[in-house]
Amino acid sequence: MAKSLGPVKRKFAPWTDPAATPFIRFENITKKYGNFTAVSNLSLDIYEREFFSLLGPSGCGKTTLMRMLAGFEEPTEGRILLQGQDISGVPPYRRPTNMMFQSYALFPHMTVEKNIAFGLEQDRLSKGEIEARVQEMLKLVKLEEFARRKPGQLSGGQRQRVALARSLAKRPKVLLLDEPLGALDRKLREETQFELMDIQHTLGLTFLIVTHDQEEAMTVSDRIAVMDKGVIVQVATPAEIYEAPNSRYVADFIGDINIMEATVVSAGSGNGSPGAVSLDCDGLAVAVAADQECPASAGDRVAFAIRPEKVRISLDQPADTSVNAAYGEVWDIGYLGDFSVFLVSFADGRIIRAAQANVSRLVDRPITFGDMVWLTWPRDAGLVLTR
Amino acid sequence: MAETATNPNAGPARWLVVAVPYIWLLLFFAAPFLIILKISLSDTAIAMPPYTPVLEGLGALGDFVSQLDFENYTFLMEDPLYIDSYLSSLRMAFISTLLLLLIGYPMALAMARAPTGWRPTLVMMVILPFWTSFLIRVYAWIGILKPEGLLTVLLQAIGLLGPGEQVQIFRTDTAVFIGIVYSYLPFMVLPLYSALEKMDATLLEAANDLGCPPLKAFWRITFPLSLPGVIAGSMICFIPITGEFVIPDLLGGAETLMIGKTLWTEFFGNRDWPLASAVAVLLLLVLVIPIVIFQNQQQKVR
Repeated sequence: MAKSLGPVKRKFAPWTDPAATPFIRFENITKKYGNFTAVSNLSLDIYEREFFSLLGPSGCGKTTLMRMLAGFEEPTEGRILLQGQDISGVPPYRRPTNMMFQSYALFPHMTVEKNIAFGLEQDRLSKGEIEARVQEMLKLVKLEEFARRKPGQLSGGQRQRVALARSLAKRPKVLLLDEPLGALDRKLREETQFELMDIQHTLGLTFLIVTHDQEEAMTVSDRIAVMDKGVIVQVATPAEIYEAPNSRYVADFIGDINIMEATVVSAGSGNGSPGAVSLDCDGLAVAVAADQECPASAGDRVAFAIRPEKVRISLDQPADTSVNAAYGEVWDIGYLGDFSVFLVSFADGRIIRAAQANVSRLVDRPITFGDMVWLTWPRDAGLVLTR
Repeated sequence: MAETATNPNAGPARWLVVAVPYIWLLLFFAAPFLIILKISLSDTAIAMPPYTPVLEGLGALGDFVSQLDFENYTFLMEDPLYIDSYLSSLRMAFISTLLLLLIGYPMALAMARAPTGWRPTLVMMVILPFWTSFLIRVYAWIGILKPEGLLTVLLQAIGLLGPGEQVQIFRTDTAVFIGIVYSYLPFMVLPLYSALEKMDATLLEAANDLGCPPLKAFWRITFPLSLPGVIAGSMICFIPITGEFVIPDLLGGAETLMIGKTLWTEFFGNRDWPLASAVAVLLLLVLVIPIVIFQNQQQKVR
């Protein structure tokens, strides 16, 4: 099917520009409920036109953070700046933000049209303007035929679109999306993710999305903040989060990864480059070449982490088995269609996962249960995690 | 889904279940009503029973039809007392229902917005008065409202009334309104509470978020969504209040005109059973309109 994809997207990275002023700034935000601290001394900058994700398990404070921006909660300490203005104490109905609720929160006694027009009516726009904007929104979410229906007569996916249209109708400076796609099935969710990105791009709005679905965050975001227990663990682009997680928590939360305890044998100078590290993973010699200097020094306990798809699996012995090579038995195989994941166990009981793309339909001698295999990986594939 | 022959709910057992409420209605509503209708069409007699039976066995059917007469109904239309009683009852019921809504809605709203853990206790407190007989509670109001009653004592104690003054509420319409509002409040609060309680609180957040201040959001969101509860509560109160007898009889005065009282006087004071029956039949007809509204609303909710 021929489909216009619109202009090619350009690189967008205002956070690397020191001259850029943040659009939204959370400044040392703390939120307490009685003895429970939901958000703890958190600071974060979000830039105009950014698609920003707050990612974390339930109870990590991401929804609280979003609700403070919407005005439903006030921070216990700290302040929130929107375009440089402190918005503390401004009630939700005077904030230039709009929210798409997890439950959609559509007004059940109003038609789709009326739901979308609700926010515009509050601004006392003229009837003609409201009508025009509602039509535009209905078209944007492809619900023109459903204008006169009530939310109860719509499917889950259609309701989600109405909620999106309603929250976009006022052209908010920031659109807040609280687990927007949680209730949709996988296929529809993926489609909608791309539509969301399209809409964000077309309208040029700033989107802040709260999600616990790491795939969703990876797909849609310009940047992701990974949260845990009320603090931000890492803020980075999806690629950085995946390839260069700053801690075991982030590495483990995003995607699949092998993590092994290790002792630093030597780091930095002496290994050639400043980012080169030699590790001893309890008997397994590992060499890592990183683009940045390793903060650890010889003797430190660290973790060696490597993504399964970066581990090569082979029945043949590699030329050099002294470093970055392990020999074990195939203990289990997970066939995922596009990939197969092999769980290889070593003599000491440790298990490393290796993923192999199924590039060919026919293989002479497929690796199977009980095979003794060699796992190898290049020096630039693994990571040293000090936290 | 369409019912099929294999449906285990089909068959005689199902009909039995359906029949029970109908038999109940036939025995305890239709049959007594037909008797009343029959009496209302007969003539007064000084005898036991104090009316001339119009139907003595099925053989006398022709006789019966020829004896039927509508003079009782004609009389109801001619004597302004009855029309006034009906109108006064409807007026009292209307005002009472309005008062009940004004007092009951904030109560129900407060209950629905209370922390989840408190709600069962609050519902319990609303229905607590039912643990005492209705009649005793109305008698208690006599003790409170009578000139030398508790209210007078209280107001004298806090200095709002001089030592010689007394509250002149007892045996007035005001006392009747107090009694009715007090007695019917749970019937208003409970349907309102059940409508408000199941409302999703995020709807109000959404309204706020879209620029609608809280008070406006109440009228645009909360109130329209609670309308089924408002109608249910109003009808459940309005219909029985129109025919109320005990409260106006115990708390009302000579000028309190309500159809329930008139009906009682015709039956037991004047012993004019045919006329009293006609009053009762007309009362039912007067109430058919609100009952139909109520039914329609209930159907719509489903």
